Amino acid sequence: MNGNLLALSHVAKSVPGGRLLFGDVSLDLAAGEFVAIMGESGVGKSTLLNLVAGLDAPDRGTVALDGTLLDTLGEDARAALRRRRIGFVFQAFHILPHLTLGQNVGLPLVLLRAPPRAAIARATDLLAAVGLAGREGDYPSQLSGGELQRVAIARAIAHRPALILADEPTGNLDPDTAARVLDLLVAQIRETGAAALLVTHSEVAAAAADRVLRLTADGLVAA
Amino acid sequence: MTAAWRAATAPRWMIAGEWHAHPVRIATAVIAIAIGVALGFAVHLVNASALDRFARGLATVNGGADLRIETTSRQGIGENLYPRIARLPGIAAASPVVVLHARIGGMPVDLLGLDALRAAQVTPTLLPRPGAGDPMAVFDPQSLFLSHAALAGHRVGERIIVVVDGRAQSFTIAGSLPGAQARALGMIDIAAAQSRFARLGTIDRIDLKLAHGADTGRIRATLNAALPPGAILAGTADDADRTDALSRAYRVNLDMLALVALLTGAFLVYSAQALSVARRGPHFALLRVLGADRRMVTGQVLAEGLVFGVIGAAVGIGLGLGIAMLVLRLVGGDLGSGYFSAGDVPPLVFAPGAAAGFAALGIATALIGSLVPARTAARIAPAVALKNLGDAIDPRRTPAILPAVSLAGVGVAAALMPAVGGIALFGYLSIGLLLAGGVAAMPWLARALLAPLARRHFVSPAIELAVRRLWGAPSQAAVALSGIVASVGLMIAMAVMVASFRGSVDEWLGQILPADLYLTAGGDAPFDPTAQRALAGVAGVRHVVFSVQRPIALAPDRPALALVVRPDAASAYPSLGRRIAAPPGRIGIGVSEPAARLYQLAPGATVALPLGGHRVLAFVTGIFRDYARQAGAIAIDSTTYDQLTGDTHRGDAAIDIRPGADPATVIAAIHRRLPPLIADTIQILPVAALRQRALAIFDRSFAITYGLEAVAILVGLAGVAATASAQTMARTREFGMLRHLGVTRRQIVAMLGIEGALLGLVGGIAGVGLGCGVAQVLIRVINPQSFNWTMDTRTPLGLLAGVVLALIVASAITAMLAGRSAVSVDAVRAVREDW
Repeated sequence: MNGNLLALSHVAKSVPGGRLLFGDVSLDLAAGEFVAIMGESGVGKSTLLNLVAGLDAPDRGTVALDGTLLDTLGEDARAALRRRRIGFVFQAFHILPHLTLGQNVGLPLVLLRAPPRAAIARATDLLAAVGLAGREGDYPSQLSGGELQRVAIARAIAHRPALILADEPTGNLDPDTAARVLDLLVAQIRETGAAALLVTHSEVAAAAADRVLRLTADGLVAA
Repeated sequence: MTAAWRAATAPRWMIAGEWHAHPVRIATAVIAIAIGVALGFAVHLVNASALDRFARGLATVNGGADLRIETTSRQGIGENLYPRIARLPGIAAASPVVVLHARIGGMPVDLLGLDALRAAQVTPTLLPRPGAGDPMAVFDPQSLFLSHAALAGHRVGERIIVVVDGRAQSFTIAGSLPGAQARALGMIDIAAAQSRFARLGTIDRIDLKLAHGADTGRIRATLNAALPPGAILAGTADDADRTDALSRAYRVNLDMLALVALLTGAFLVYSAQALSVARRGPHFALLRVLGADRRMVTGQVLAEGLVFGVIGAAVGIGLGLGIAMLVLRLVGGDLGSGYFSAGDVPPLVFAPGAAAGFAALGIATALIGSLVPARTAARIAPAVALKNLGDAIDPRRTPAILPAVSLAGVGVAAALMPAVGGIALFGYLSIGLLLAGGVAAMPWLARALLAPLARRHFVSPAIELAVRRLWGAPSQAAVALSGIVASVGLMIAMAVMVASFRGSVDEWLGQILPADLYLTAGGDAPFDPTAQRALAGVAGVRHVVFSVQRPIALAPDRPALALVVRPDAASAYPSLGRRIAAPPGRIGIGVSEPAARLYQLAPGATVALPLGGHRVLAFVTGIFRDYARQAGAIAIDSTTYDQLTGDTHRGDAAIDIRPGADPATVIAAIHRRLPPLIADTIQILPVAALRQRALAIFDRSFAITYGLEAVAILVGLAGVAATASAQTMARTREFGMLRHLGVTRRQIVAMLGIEGALLGLVGGIAGVGLGCGVAQVLIRVINPQSFNWTMDTRTPLGLLAGVVLALIVASAITAMLAGRSAVSVDAVRAVREDW
């Protein structure tokens, strides 16, 4: 086991029907490193992120985070690991419509049992940092798509995770908004010093990463 | 802030946010629980208050003696028993009592003949307060003391007529009975009671005061050994047992019926929670992705149920208290059943234990309703749910039927179990399990019922889409229908049971009322042989059958049975099962169905009847159906009874009139012919009027059940409306997509109307089928175990069809109203919505 934050070793995964997505994926990700993964639709990019997050298990091979093999952990322990170490940004935002923006951003912190006041205070700061100052009491229905994704970015970094997983974070946005959101995401990743895995179709988005890899049925190759 | 409270911050935020976003959905579930708790608690409070008042009334008449020796029949016990009992060790004092059922100015009054000196030692609360301050008035044979209720406008010093079994005597009101509370009670000297009402040498009761520190168990044993036939020992506990036994089944039945609304509430909570969990699938998935474990998700849904329950229970207890106060004031304590005819309105007796119990039931109901949705929420696969955005319908999946069959199977097994302490607990459990089984079978049933439609293709896009949707997503249909299927099932079950009961009662009335006119003296027996001959000789009267009902006690802890004395008693009533002849020299009796069940009697059995101061062994020749006397009845032939007791008085008469005679003329002639004292106390009704009155009493006693059923149905319909509305709103994106494909708004609303109608049809068919099954549990298990009578099943087909039709219309209208709101959303915006 090396000193990398994330290590995927000879990982293979098929879909439930039996079709092989990828047969041999290996990847080392150092702390603070930003890697973009590209690939055709249906090649298994999102599935790869699910494996890294411990939401799914590989058919073969191992996934280790912080040196811990995920398949040695129970479900609750994997949930705890996600709680502490991972932040997510989704294509479809997934902002809870019945929580305020402050509560949405503070959610990862209260899941870690932070005092609610402190969680809201940190959320307020982060919302200001992503250009939504003073909006912590608003509800998601009052925001545009680009604004919602900024909230998602704030939520992803709220608990200072070691690894941010971003799945097509600009896929639902128009090009101008996408560019601004991407800049914000990269800036936040760099600022927090977190490592990041960005799954994207966008060459522009991928260009911001330290390394760009392409996922194929055989594994990851340099793009 | 405690660590636990802080740990619950995320669930608290989630719950508060959900409730802020969907207040109507939450309110429906809370109201369902509140109504269930309120009805259960109100019925319990009303019954408890009435029972308390009834028991206090009994205690008033009994005067609070430690123990009592009571006669088991109207013939009384020999007064020579009194000195023997008074001398027994452990007896500090004894007071003989003559108990007379009197009428003063037409009002029934319990008239006690007391020895004031003895009563002062044993039952001081029965002692009178002389009006003129003359203490010797209590020994004056002309003196009568009346309670406030019995005075009824009369004044102290007034002369009034007291009638007992047709015998009239004049007394002077000499004072009051301050300890009698609201009971119509009178007191005269015991010697006057015996001499002026033909009771010389007999008494009805001996009140006993035990020596300080005496061993009650030993004294009871000594007394029981000393008692002659026709006397039993009773105490305060026995009074409570008797009072309780008389109405327990009725009260439990009402409690259970009230809990039906709570059960419906459980299904509504389930429906609301299941729907909410389905809609919030991606929310829970997100929580899981962010690191929440399954326990936290389960806990959140259960916590929501807990809050439903706590708020619903709190509101329900307050509401129940208000309903109970209102019902006591408007309807009275017996809810129209006639069980507790105390006359006035009993004060409300608050029962903190019952309040806590019903609140706990409400909370438990809400939690049970949330269990399955909580499990579903915890099992959501995060990655899949986030991608599918919650809509994971797979029409290829065949709904499971095994859980439903298992629940129903256990329910049927429970129905075969015996009663527990006279309460049909397993019967009620069976109903609950059958309902749960029925609701669990809904997805399978919906798929099966819609299969013939799904195999066809319809030209109308609205019908085509509606059928495909319901057939493809039967579990969603089941969620919408669970509340209404449960409440309709219960309503149908009650309706079938009541129709069966009413039909059986009607048929029975036809069998036992063959004469033209019926005369009753309201429990008195004023017809001596002379008066009987006078009645039989009235112009227009062809034939008269005289009868009388006398109380007869076979066990101290059970209410007295009715001994029905009439000619040809054994064959006069419709027989259930075989009838056998009494062996030569034996006394044959018929026993009613409740008596047979209560005392385990069958044709051929022998019963020891305390008659005429002797224990007479009687042979049971047959069992007869009887819906009039729940405590049981024994029918004995007049001649036999007269020989055994010498009691030739009668109180009731079945009169056949001559062909062509006018009933009204004959009734008038009877009144003219009888002595005024008797004529004033009797009532004569043509058979049709009597039958009508009996059925009116039946309908009145079931009025409360109709009310409770209606509430259960309303709660169920409210659930359908809330669920249909929520499901429709959740499909906004689907409707947006359809509109992109060219489907018009009108077609979408029509599609929803057809979906609603089909849902109503499926729910109606399921509810009626389930109801007919549950009705059999009510008819064959609950009624025989609770009330000791059976009935034949009658199915009100018109009502069943009406319920199904109403459900179809209500569901269709609800769905269309919800649909109009859903399709008003801009189509483009709708398809872009993520949530």
